Amino acid sequence: MALSVDIEKRLGGFHLAVRFETGNETLALLGASGCGKSVTLRCVAGIMTPDEGRIVLDGVTLYDSAAGIDLPPQRRRTGYLFQQYALFPNMTVRQNIAAVIRDRTRRRERTEELLRRFRLEDAAGLRPGQISGGQQQRAALARILAAEPRAILLDEPLSALDSFLRRQLELELAEALASFSGTVLWVSHDQGEVFRNCSRVCVLDHGRSQEVCGTEELFRRPETEAAARLSGCENFADVLPSGAAVKVPGWGLTLECGRPVPETIRRAGIRARHLLPAEPGAKNAFPCRAERVIQDVSSAIVLLRPEAAAPGAPLLRMELDRALWAALPEQTNLTVSVDPEKIMLLREP
Amino acid sequence: MDWYPLYNSIRIAAVSTAVVFFLGLLAAYFIAKLPRPVKGVLDVVLTLPLVLPPTVTGWLLLMLLGPRRPLGAWVQSAFGLRLVMVWWSAVFAAVVVAFPLMYRTARGAFESFDETLAEAGQTLGLSNSWIFWRVRMPCCRQGILAGTVLAFARTLGEYGATSMIAGYTPGRTATISTTVYQLWRTGDDAGALRWVLVNIALSAVFLLALNLLEARRRTGRKGGGG
Repeated sequence: MALSVDIEKRLGGFHLAVRFETGNETLALLGASGCGKSVTLRCVAGIMTPDEGRIVLDGVTLYDSAAGIDLPPQRRRTGYLFQQYALFPNMTVRQNIAAVIRDRTRRRERTEELLRRFRLEDAAGLRPGQISGGQQQRAALARILAAEPRAILLDEPLSALDSFLRRQLELELAEALASFSGTVLWVSHDQGEVFRNCSRVCVLDHGRSQEVCGTEELFRRPETEAAARLSGCENFADVLPSGAAVKVPGWGLTLECGRPVPETIRRAGIRARHLLPAEPGAKNAFPCRAERVIQDVSSAIVLLRPEAAAPGAPLLRMELDRALWAALPEQTNLTVSVDPEKIMLLREP
Repeated sequence: MDWYPLYNSIRIAAVSTAVVFFLGLLAAYFIAKLPRPVKGVLDVVLTLPLVLPPTVTGWLLLMLLGPRRPLGAWVQSAFGLRLVMVWWSAVFAAVVVAFPLMYRTARGAFESFDETLAEAGQTLGLSNSWIFWRVRMPCCRQGILAGTVLAFARTLGEYGATSMIAGYTPGRTATISTTVYQLWRTGDDAGALRWVLVNIALSAVFLLALNLLEARRRTGRKGGGG
């Protein structure tokens, strides 16, 4: 029971080439906007046709350009959760759900069961325009499950929401998906959402998919710059390998990495959270000048220029708890350090 | 007073509106999906009758359907049916003239329809025809209704092309508009006035019915909340 996708599609000047396999788990398709995540999802659902390739879901070939197979979306059994939910506005919640239940004899009973399960009894007689965003999401999920899908596809399900509602709906969504036994594809550009909800992740960068990896792995040690960026890493620089260290000409530094650096490495990344005011005797300590301080809600973001930096090099971003920053005696000329283990060595994709 | 023209006018308008309704919807539905350049060309062709003088449309129809013209002659020999100078000849004229009104309004409605609704329906296993009749049509109801009303009004008042292709035969092809012209031409102003009044009454009833329908729908929607 699994989904395997290997497709290519050209859209104007954009070339999408995506390949991944996944079992009965929640796989994230993580990428910046415009990287082809939604197109991939639409190709799986059959509402868009790839130029070539193969899509197989639970042993059923949905699409195979070589064999001339292209199942209509109706026969693919993929539940697609649209960002705006796409509930039929001219029908009540109950009618929306009942309409997609195939087995007419059990339609009534199944509908009521789903309404109960998704706590929609009070909204059942109302139209989508008359219910809250949370109820709309639940109604859309109930409707998807009513169609008994083999896979559920989520197209940036939480992107259009404000942060409070978003957290609430994220919990509800996770709860609803927990009882689903098939494959879930979760398209997102938000690393936190992916980290909290998905077991594995496939990074998409400019239409190219990278190798699927565990979510933890992506955040602990991303392999490419695109993956590092999507996992929230802020500082990047060109580097030259030098044994167990890298030279960073832009910042005028040599940073120990605590492990041999492969000769092919040309870029490195450091998370803002991993830069810290240096303790005495810390490794990778270097003097900096704080060029700017931005007070965020719970942290201070400090933009640093290493003293040996080349002119025009991008500033380093350091993020500290506000209290920690406020307690620092010297806030202009300070020495910071980074744990060698935390330096991300990035290869070309 | 012979009420035949009233009966005939309403009959022609009803049949033509029904035909235009389905043809216009079909054309709008398929053309809304076409790529831009093709759409532009088809748009011009299908809207042409709206801007052509009705006599030009009538002449073109005569050239096509006349008894000695290819299509007219073929139908005559194959089915023994005359296509011109009978009451339903006026249907051809009315359909051609009113079609663009239905087509353009319906297309506007279809183009503003949120396609993700149809896509959602497809992924949920609902057939395309179910989606069309149960989702797309109700969502586009307003535009489609407007198009139908415009088409009905246009077919009811059609004169130019009708007079050319159906002529004026009292008791056979006479409609209100051709009767008014005929009576005025023969100097029967009193007779013309009677039919003018009938026409005004008919139009007023039509508009009144329309307003009632509109008002009821609006209150219906308000009553639903939201």
